[in-house]
Amino acid sequence: MILAPHEPSAAQRRRQAYRRRQTVTSVLVAAASTAALGTLLVVAVIGAPGWDRVRASFADPAIARDALPEVLAGLWLNVRLLVCCAAGALLLGLLVAILRTLRGPVFFPVRALAAGYTYTFRGLPLIIVLYVLTLGVPGLRLQGMPPVLVLGGLALVLTYGGYLAEVFRAGIESVHPSQLAAARSLGLTYRQTMRHVVLPQAVRRVAPPLLNDVVALQKDVGLVSLAGPIDAVRAAQIATAETFNYTPYIVAGALFVLLAIPLIAVTDWVTLRAARRQGR
Amino acid sequence: MSLLRCRGLRKTFGGHVVLDGLDLSVDEHRVVALIGASGSGKSTLLRCVNLLEELDDGTIELDGQDISDPRVDPDRVRRRIGMVFQAYNLFPHLSVLDNVTLAPVRVHRRPRAEAEAQARELLDRVGLGAKANAYPDRLSGGQQQRVAIVRALANSPRLMLLDEVTSALDPELVGEVLALIRELKADGMTMVLATHEMGFAREVADQVCFLDGGRVVESGPPERVLGDPTEPRTRQFLRRIIEAGRL
Repeated sequence: MILAPHEPSAAQRRRQAYRRRQTVTSVLVAAASTAALGTLLVVAVIGAPGWDRVRASFADPAIARDALPEVLAGLWLNVRLLVCCAAGALLLGLLVAILRTLRGPVFFPVRALAAGYTYTFRGLPLIIVLYVLTLGVPGLRLQGMPPVLVLGGLALVLTYGGYLAEVFRAGIESVHPSQLAAARSLGLTYRQTMRHVVLPQAVRRVAPPLLNDVVALQKDVGLVSLAGPIDAVRAAQIATAETFNYTPYIVAGALFVLLAIPLIAVTDWVTLRAARRQGR
Repeated sequence: MSLLRCRGLRKTFGGHVVLDGLDLSVDEHRVVALIGASGSGKSTLLRCVNLLEELDDGTIELDGQDISDPRVDPDRVRRRIGMVFQAYNLFPHLSVLDNVTLAPVRVHRRPRAEAEAQARELLDRVGLGAKANAYPDRLSGGQQQRVAIVRALANSPRLMLLDEVTSALDPELVGEVLALIRELKADGMTMVLATHEMGFAREVADQVCFLDGGRVVESGPPERVLGDPTEPRTRQFLRRIIEAGRL
């Protein structure tokens, strides 16, 4: 469409000028209130009677510098585990969710197994799954036992797969039955309908909660350190034990937040894009 | 020989009888309009013919084959039948072109380029060639319904089932959809359509069937069934329609 040049009327020019003034006022008010709140917070924290002690034990630059290499090395383990476990848990969750939607008596055992899995692993505390897999299973002394890191990762995949399966299932069930009717009426088989009509819509719809669980997973991957491997938080704990200073924890916490920012940004972007695609 | 022959169809939902021994046969190249109040079983009949609902009794034959036999693969039957729904039911995550080519590519295993060429040709014919890459929610109701009809046509069906295809449309958009159905009739397409548009039923149908209580109560040429019905229930229904200003 080509827009013809349009000369705004006097009324429209007055409206535009008014809106411009309003915008300037809003920006000024926002800046002033932010500055006031920020000042208040800083005064409250820095002016607190125990601030000097707290700063010395939580924000010591020298200790932060010393702890950083170890914490970073630990964080690298977190990142690697996160990537593998997130991919594994997403795949497992999707598979289980699809199995739970299968109809027909032949699939009863598969359905029961899938349902039993989601009930069990959503109920089981992650730490217990971790202990059983990393301490219990190697105790069997079987041949070809994978390293403890793989077993720990498996515990994370099993636990998070349960949550993600339910998120996927909610998405699958949110697709209106009329979409299935339309697909089947075209001659598509159940599998083709799932693959080309239901899943694309379901996954798009639940992308935000899925990524939300991945962000949660990012913090839980560190629990493998209970079985020995040293992640960022464990590295910070060791550094703290050596110096009797909590600064390494703050360093690890800051790194975790930095790591989460891209993931959260992706979540927001996916949500926004889906909304725009649907014309809303 | 009849292309479609339904005998003694029975369908219940819970304790509610929707189809109660319904008989209907449709010859090739004929257009049959199903009329009747809401809940008279028009939509259920169409869904049963397309095997989207399981019958409680009766048989359905398509081209002489008993398609209500449980050993028949419903997917193979549905490839021969096109269905258009009241609410369009386009796939919102696919472009108009992908909506139309999905079945030819996935079900009939035709090369994508060939399917797309055919889809563009069909879309051009209904005046929607420029919308091929748009997503359904960018289209008006009338445009969406025309895409839905094209999507069903792309399967080259033997029979088209149209379920109240204009009921969800704004009045000024009804015409463009009806014009397309008129063209399909001119092409010789066999159609069964459930409709509330009595004027259109009179114009396009070769046969009008009045459904009530899950049966075909009266059936015949449109002039007779709509103009001079013999059954009291048909008369009562048409009187209500006239009072509502729909005839």
